[in-house]
Amino acid sequence: MLDLYEINETLSMINNQHLDIRTITMGISLLDCADSSVEACCRKIYDKITTKAKHLVEVGERISATYGIPIVNKRISVTPIALVAAACNTRDLVPFALTLERAACECGVNFLGGFSALVQKGNTPSDDALIRSIPEALARTSHVCSSVNIGSTKAGINMDAVRTMGEIIKKTADLTADNGSIGCAKLVVFCNAVEDNPFMAGAFHGVGEADCVINVGVSGPGVVKCALEDMKDADLGEIAECIKRTAFKITRMGQLVATEASKQLGARFGIVDLSLAPTPEVGDSVAYILEEMGLSSVGSCGTTAALALLNDAVKKGGVMASSRVGGLSGAFIPVSEDAGMIAAARSGALTIEKLEAMTCVCSVGLDMIAIPGDTPASTISGIIADEAAIGMVNQKTTAVRVIPVVGGKVGDTVSFGGLLGEAPIMPVNGADCSKLISRGGIIPAPLHSLKN
Amino acid sequence: MKAIVTVVGTDKVGIIAAVSGCLSDLQVNILDIRQTTMQEYFTMMMLVDTAACTVDLATLQSTLCELGKSIGEDIRLQHEDIFHSMHRV
Repeated sequence: MLDLYEINETLSMINNQHLDIRTITMGISLLDCADSSVEACCRKIYDKITTKAKHLVEVGERISATYGIPIVNKRISVTPIALVAAACNTRDLVPFALTLERAACECGVNFLGGFSALVQKGNTPSDDALIRSIPEALARTSHVCSSVNIGSTKAGINMDAVRTMGEIIKKTADLTADNGSIGCAKLVVFCNAVEDNPFMAGAFHGVGEADCVINVGVSGPGVVKCALEDMKDADLGEIAECIKRTAFKITRMGQLVATEASKQLGARFGIVDLSLAPTPEVGDSVAYILEEMGLSSVGSCGTTAALALLNDAVKKGGVMASSRVGGLSGAFIPVSEDAGMIAAARSGALTIEKLEAMTCVCSVGLDMIAIPGDTPASTISGIIADEAAIGMVNQKTTAVRVIPVVGGKVGDTVSFGGLLGEAPIMPVNGADCSKLISRGGIIPAPLHSLKN
Repeated sequence: MKAIVTVVGTDKVGIIAAVSGCLSDLQVNILDIRQTTMQEYFTMMMLVDTAACTVDLATLQSTLCELGKSIGEDIRLQHEDIFHSMHRV
């Protein structure tokens, strides 16, 4: 029999410390929707998504009510559209984005990811068409998310794609200028993208996945922060143990919800993603955990070490709590979605260079960072190349989701609303890297021995 | 299903009577009851079986929630598995 202390602990995690299931994401393969006709292909895509995910939102809400745990987002990820649309031989893939938008609205999900291309080793005509369609696709939809994988540890970095993506990000910002350049908040450039990520904007359904799977992303930075509040005099080994124990408990929620959702939806259970995903709400911040560990502000010296400890302890605690772990699994550091990161960026304690260092040891990459609107495309490509190099060499996923806010200057604040939060525009190193970017070509894959 | 009813708030006369009366009206069987005062809050939990309950789960939850509001307590009903999965390996 459970004791009152345990029950009380669970209740206060949910009611006071923002413990929630961040997302139930249904991954749907669209490979069987390929057709030489755009209209026929789009029709098949719409029909498959709306059939498979018909009850996704309803089941999510029912599980949430039964167990008394909030399930914040219900989402869908699909096979990268560049693959599905390849047989159409068309240069304009915007109709596919509009189809995904209609399907997302019909199912009632808040985001649908997979307007994507995987070009780490080179582009097909369909990949080129998809990438060229991204700015208009993101400007004309509100639920569709896009991602492009431009590098991997095995393939190296496709610098032609890196150059193009700098320009695409700028165009996307221009086309959504009236709305804080929000299109860029739905566009991620990856190195070593994972195929089972439930989190947006980078989710897509990999080709090695089953037809329909349920992936669940847990959260709970507030729970970890509260657990550490009772450890004022503990050493860092004890802190790591405490984070592990807490991550275990958080992940057990994810495992329960993932198992139940797969059963009720008749889909295969994919993975639980052990991520600490912050929201802009006070008390739901990864930055505050690092500050609780002893930093005066995130971004100070020592931040990378504290984050490395946190990231590793979350994984160690979570792995045993779930039968299958995957996705991005670690601590997210999206600036605009984390109250502590926003404050540190505003005060100047947190810089893009420090964030880049932090991405060497945490879950993803330079995430939700607003930069001045006059940042050249080549500089954005340089940011992407740096981040991809970190991922490639360290055999981890890295990503760039920056928003060059049209008309925005350093110190201005741009608000994206909801979970996307608000971001102070951060300064970018102004020195020119256009010659490097204009060279194009491939950065070869790194050596896997002689590691130093 | 087996569920946990939790009641958190200030201690006063008649909490258990009110909650158990409500459960009885809806044919919900109480299997176990515990209570204590934790961090100055009255905390009570009941393990209940809803197999014979005359209303659906959502109605049962909202009925208890309304009862809670009327007596100034926070009352929730959740599937017991959420507590088991977190605290038992």
